Amino acid sequence: MGLVDRGRMPAPLTKLFNMGRSYSMWVYQWGLACCAIEMGAAFGSPRYDVMRLGVIPLPASPRQADLVVISGTVTDKMAPAIRRLYEQMPEPKYVISMGSCANCGGPYWDSYSVTKGVDQLIPVDVYVPGCPPRPEALLEGIVLLQQRIKNEDMGAKWRGEDYTPIVVGGGRIE
Amino acid sequence: MSLFLRDYLTVVWFGLAAVLLAGLLLGIAAAVRPSKPSYDKNMAYESGVDPIGTGWSQSQIRYYVFALLFVIFDVEAVFIFPWAARIERYGTFGLVVMLAFIVLLLDGLVYAWKRGLLRWV
Repeated sequence: MGLVDRGRMPAPLTKLFNMGRSYSMWVYQWGLACCAIEMGAAFGSPRYDVMRLGVIPLPASPRQADLVVISGTVTDKMAPAIRRLYEQMPEPKYVISMGSCANCGGPYWDSYSVTKGVDQLIPVDVYVPGCPPRPEALLEGIVLLQQRIKNEDMGAKWRGEDYTPIVVGGGRIE
Repeated sequence: MSLFLRDYLTVVWFGLAAVLLAGLLLGIAAAVRPSKPSYDKNMAYESGVDPIGTGWSQSQIRYYVFALLFVIFDVEAVFIFPWAARIERYGTFGLVVMLAFIVLLLDGLVYAWKRGLLRWV
């Protein structure tokens, strides 16, 4: 038990930690379909250069990751692996669901094998709509998440309180 | 305290500083971080598939041969390089001693060769 999960962090320390966390996010990549190409463009290419935002896109395992980007079609067969690797990330952890398939099943919503949204498996913090979303949309999702982390109450996050996901582009969650 | 021991006092201070600094950093981390162990989290990381066996495994005992051969060449290099850098200073005596040393190590190499350890598998 630490100061964070007991909710006993002093305010200045919380501010410092939140700033540090928001600018050093190790992002674990779950590229499952065509969205992974856009994610690769956002994370790997010099044109979009995600590292300027303080995001480090290549952790060796989920044990080092703060954020996971699920991009692409989640199938029922892949679901246990996604759940397990999400479990293996250390707290506090965040999830970005990228693309229509990860958000809700997308064009394959009536397929026998497709999970209807990754939020049925793990809690999603940011939804990035699009089929596929452009890299800028993913970067906007990351920036919005960073803004949220900067003002976050870590104790509330730990207890799972007031949890409202962010939607890039200002959509609504039904 | 003799001058010799006083020299080693520096090493003691250095070690103490290292232990203190590492203890401080790890202590702060332990006081602050949340801890939430679970069955899945403690499982060996196998890219999400079911791990086979445990995280602990044994390596093939035959590889000890490579460790021994490595020692032969490594020790040789460690002693020969400094000697070669100052070869004129040690003169004939140094040359004879180093030759004896090399012969001793070559003995080990010949023994490995005779046992057929230099052939791959």
